[in-house]
Amino acid sequence: MHRRRVEVTMATKEVRPKNPGVDPATGEYRVVGLGETFKSVTDKITRIVLTPHTPLGWLALFGIAGGGATVLLVAVTWLFLKGVGIWAITQPVAWGFAIINFVWWIGIGHAGTLISAILLLFKQSWRNSISRFAEAMTIFAVVCAGMFPLIHVGRPWLGYWLFPYPNSMDVWPQFRSPLLWDVFAVSTYATISVVFWYIGMVPDFGTMRDRAQSKIAQYFYGLLSMGWRGSVRHWMRYETASLLLAGLATPLVLSVHTVISFDFAVAVLPGWHTTIFPPYFVAGAIYSGFAMVLTLAIPLRKFYHLEALVTERHIDNMGKVMLATGFIVAYGYGMEAFMAWYSASHWEAFMFWNRVFGPMGWSYWVLITCNLAIPLTTLWSRKLRTSIPFMFFISIVVNTGMWFERFVIVVTSLYRDFLPSSWGTYRATKWDYMTFVGTLGLFTTLFLLFVRFLPMIPMNEIRMLLPAAKIKPKAAEAAD
Amino acid sequence: MPAREGTYGLLAEFDTPGDLVRAARQAREDGWRRMDCYTPYPVEEAAEAIGFHRNKVPLLTLVGGLMGLAAMFSLETWVSTLAFPLNIGGRPPYSWPAFVVPAYEWTILWAGLSAAFGMLALNGLPALYHPLFNAPNFRNGATSDKFFLCLEALDPKFDLVETKAYLTGFQPVSVVEVEY
Repeated sequence: MHRRRVEVTMATKEVRPKNPGVDPATGEYRVVGLGETFKSVTDKITRIVLTPHTPLGWLALFGIAGGGATVLLVAVTWLFLKGVGIWAITQPVAWGFAIINFVWWIGIGHAGTLISAILLLFKQSWRNSISRFAEAMTIFAVVCAGMFPLIHVGRPWLGYWLFPYPNSMDVWPQFRSPLLWDVFAVSTYATISVVFWYIGMVPDFGTMRDRAQSKIAQYFYGLLSMGWRGSVRHWMRYETASLLLAGLATPLVLSVHTVISFDFAVAVLPGWHTTIFPPYFVAGAIYSGFAMVLTLAIPLRKFYHLEALVTERHIDNMGKVMLATGFIVAYGYGMEAFMAWYSASHWEAFMFWNRVFGPMGWSYWVLITCNLAIPLTTLWSRKLRTSIPFMFFISIVVNTGMWFERFVIVVTSLYRDFLPSSWGTYRATKWDYMTFVGTLGLFTTLFLLFVRFLPMIPMNEIRMLLPAAKIKPKAAEAAD
Repeated sequence: MPAREGTYGLLAEFDTPGDLVRAARQAREDGWRRMDCYTPYPVEEAAEAIGFHRNKVPLLTLVGGLMGLAAMFSLETWVSTLAFPLNIGGRPPYSWPAFVVPAYEWTILWAGLSAAFGMLALNGLPALYHPLFNAPNFRNGATSDKFFLCLEALDPKFDLVETKAYLTGFQPVSVVEVEY
């Protein structure tokens, strides 16, 4: 008897025996908590939105986030009045915070598409409960990202010149420039993400319509649901369309950060002109995106008591994805160092030495600490991966690290180029910081509105995961 | 929507997807054609049971994608060779490798929009009105936890009394008449 117990403890040492969150059949954490039914799932998710009582915590956060968004409004208003001269950008660092933030935000968005599209194609059904808010995160991140190139052009009211359209000047865009490719990549990404997100929500809007008590909510969700009634013919077309959208979003998401990396890689500047950039940018994007999903998911599941729907399994799996993409990023850093030596180019070697040991070398070491030293040593441990406070900490660390990666790429490649006489430095102004903080405020504001007014977990997809959704022969059903 | 009066069909409510699928399969075998199932999440077996096997969404997506590809690639070619030729680092006006990226993005854009809006159009959505919502129990469960089979009055086999008895044979939770 005694020996038996020891064995059991050994086998499940890491996942604590008798934990109801663990499936005894697999020894893994459950994707959906034990005892959930069609009704309980529907109730849990619709209640968050349909309650007339807005939680005080939500209001407090909304106030803070709204303050942040106001800072953005002030910063951008002043920018429009004065021009980009209020930022620190000048020669030689002509791309400053605006491009850093653009690349950072777009990268964050990538995890949302990865979760909703790529993991759908791979039939990773654990993704179902986090896919909706990950997609929302994508869209809001793209909103923040898209703003930066637009306000960076100097005269944003002429931003539409980027698009090919017949005009009285008889001028057309130049299709050989990666900057123009960006316009199409980012606009397609934004459009497809919004469509995918909305289509995914249509059946859930039907549920909200049918469960809403107030007339206004019934009209609001009724119009959004477009009259969805759950016909199986509709469902089959819907499933086909979702699968196709996922199949289309997958090459799209890989292309977006690739095209953004072309903005750098096509230039002849040492530190930018390298073929490792596309895969390294995409991996970095997913790395930071998963970190952001964790930053959002951990407080959300706590605050709205969704521990049965966003379980330790999700946190654990996201930790694993971060570990894998973190190593791809590490390979990218290693390759940069290797090429600095192997290319035998004086300029490359100097650029790398300057990046690591130059006056702005501190930023490189922040990046190495946050992206490699801390996460890649600790994420191996399952204990740490399922520790909620630790994963929240790691998510903040990686977000910081990835911001510094973009800072290092943009600034330390630019500030000391070929001619020492043209060397300069870069020190962001208060308007740079205000714009950045402002987008964090805008992002949080949009996300809070999403959580309050839209179903943040796809109910129809969760229902498919429940044991009651299994169709059994009559005899087996009677035996249950 | 043409103005109609009378009965749309008879709606049977079930508690489990298994009951629904068995009933739908039997009804199909018994010769019913004008019928549909309503479920709170996609139940593939129910679609199979009523004989709905393939749909046109993939075809629409393919056509849309090819149109996007053709539209952007020809725009780029026309702009760069005829409308506004520029000498960019000595590259030829028709430098097609550079045109691949926007054409690729537009293939995805048009294919994605065709998939989404094509699906809605084939489903006949958005629809502001549907008789099923007149059934008192439909909104209570069709989008959360109940499974419905509707035998429609347009089917030649339909008879209000006989069909009601037929549906009751499947032991549903309830059978209600749906009015237009």
